[in-house]
Amino acid sequence: MAGLDPGQAKPPSRALERAFAGLCLAAALLPLLLLFVLLADVVYDGLSRLDWAFLTSYPSRRPERAGVLAGLVGSFYLVGLTALIALPLGVGAAVYLEEYGGRGRLAQIIEVNISNLAGVPSIIYGLLGLELFARTLAMGRSLLAGALMMALLVMPIVILSTREALRTVPLGMREAGLALGATRWQVTRRIVLPMSLPGILTGAILAIARAIGEAAPLIVLGALTYVDFLPDGLRSAFTVLPIQIFNWIGRPQAGFKLNAAAGIVLLLLMLLLFNGLAIYLRNYFQRRTR
Amino acid sequence: MMVPDLAEGRRPYRATQPAAAEVNAKLSVQNLDAWYGATHVVKKVSMAIPARQITAVIGPSGCGKSTFVRCLNRMHECIPGARMDGRVLLDGVDIYAGDIDPVLVRRRVGMVFQKPNPFPMMSIRDNVLAGLTLTGVRPRGGEADALVERALRGAALWDEVKDSLGKRGVSLSGGQQQRLCIARALAVEPEVLLMDEPCSALDPIATTRIEDLMHSLRETYTIVIVTHNMQQAARVSQKTAFFYTGDLIEFSDTDTIFTSPRNKRTEDYITGKFG
Repeated sequence: MAGLDPGQAKPPSRALERAFAGLCLAAALLPLLLLFVLLADVVYDGLSRLDWAFLTSYPSRRPERAGVLAGLVGSFYLVGLTALIALPLGVGAAVYLEEYGGRGRLAQIIEVNISNLAGVPSIIYGLLGLELFARTLAMGRSLLAGALMMALLVMPIVILSTREALRTVPLGMREAGLALGATRWQVTRRIVLPMSLPGILTGAILAIARAIGEAAPLIVLGALTYVDFLPDGLRSAFTVLPIQIFNWIGRPQAGFKLNAAAGIVLLLLMLLLFNGLAIYLRNYFQRRTR
Repeated sequence: MMVPDLAEGRRPYRATQPAAAEVNAKLSVQNLDAWYGATHVVKKVSMAIPARQITAVIGPSGCGKSTFVRCLNRMHECIPGARMDGRVLLDGVDIYAGDIDPVLVRRRVGMVFQKPNPFPMMSIRDNVLAGLTLTGVRPRGGEADALVERALRGAALWDEVKDSLGKRGVSLSGGQQQRLCIARALAVEPEVLLMDEPCSALDPIATTRIEDLMHSLRETYTIVIVTHNMQQAARVSQKTAFFYTGDLIEFSDTDTIFTSPRNKRTEDYITGKFG
């Protein structure tokens, strides 16, 4: 073969190849390094404030007495309620599109819309929530309005990840079930959903993690920034951790900056916890179903 | 609305006057056409599949033989874009009639697929019972045990797995998995068993076991087997249908097809001139 004849082709340059690999490595490391510096700075500031009192105190005028209790509990309520609304709807939509929708026109329209929704900035959801839930449906700046809005926000994530998970179930499994005389619903319920559970769970947890971190749409909706009570129902006003952090960062006193840093560390820990849980669940169920 | 005959499996009243040759027909196919989107894959096929015999469907890849068989238990329509036309009579009743529930058809006409497909999250025992549990039937302990044993014996797998029924179905070898799938199909107590190239993913020894098994199943079930392996068709079947580009070219006794085919294309195919 002519191409293999050393006299015909120039030998590849080793030096050039190494230089390029080095460049790629640098490109990969730079953002990591920057992120690490930022994190180290925040953790250094925040750790001094992160104690039990910080977790169990309401906000205060005096930074050293302020805490995140309202935001923390508000975040949990909001996210729990969001999950309760978004997961059944999102999984249901995905099951319709994958298992029933086929190639119909309706399915196509829904599909295009969901892909577009996933790209809509969260602030737009905030405006929608404000107009639709807070004003038109007269829910005000309540936990319920916030959760409904947040559910709309994360639903595309749930739908897309659930569809991915459903697609990993081989067609042969569905055919096996149908050929045994099961209906499509029985096949979905007892074979397809259990087999795709790890993927669905992963998507659900990622969606929840997204909801935990969002502040902008809730601020637009009118979630409070100073809350010295815990939500006592769906109609209750509330705040969440990111809003608390946002509020503290805006204060001029240095003490609040430390509070914000501590809040950020807390938020990051929660996100890490959720992502870790997602990975663990995925691995656990994968071992069981493969 | 379900037709009582299909629900209870009684021998139903004949809707059509059967032709003399069809008296013994379990499945009678009349002018069957099938499409995937715009592709016409089965063209005006008519044939009578005799009861308690093995009918082999042979032909080169893409000749429509799998699609044809999938029309016999209404699995064809499960694929988006697939459609069909014509009639398929099961004991004289058109399974495509408007008031027939495809789910009930599939309980009478079971199917085994090319690739062994036991449910991965289920044990051997649960796989055998899957046809019941999927449809919401929960057999009692003793009943279930008897059914599992009967189905596994029927599929010639009992002796190999009787001590490890709790093991996962996918932990078995390929040939055992395929017999497990046969047991799973038998547990629903069908009358017809469709087998779509059941041995194409198996080694010769596992293939021989399945073929032996088919001989014993023939006493109870009407079997239709799709195969690309002509020797297999010659070994196991009593009737053979040769498909080519969607047309049923020749359908006759297996001996006749392999010794004195009437059609030139059948002869060319079985003598290995193409395919």
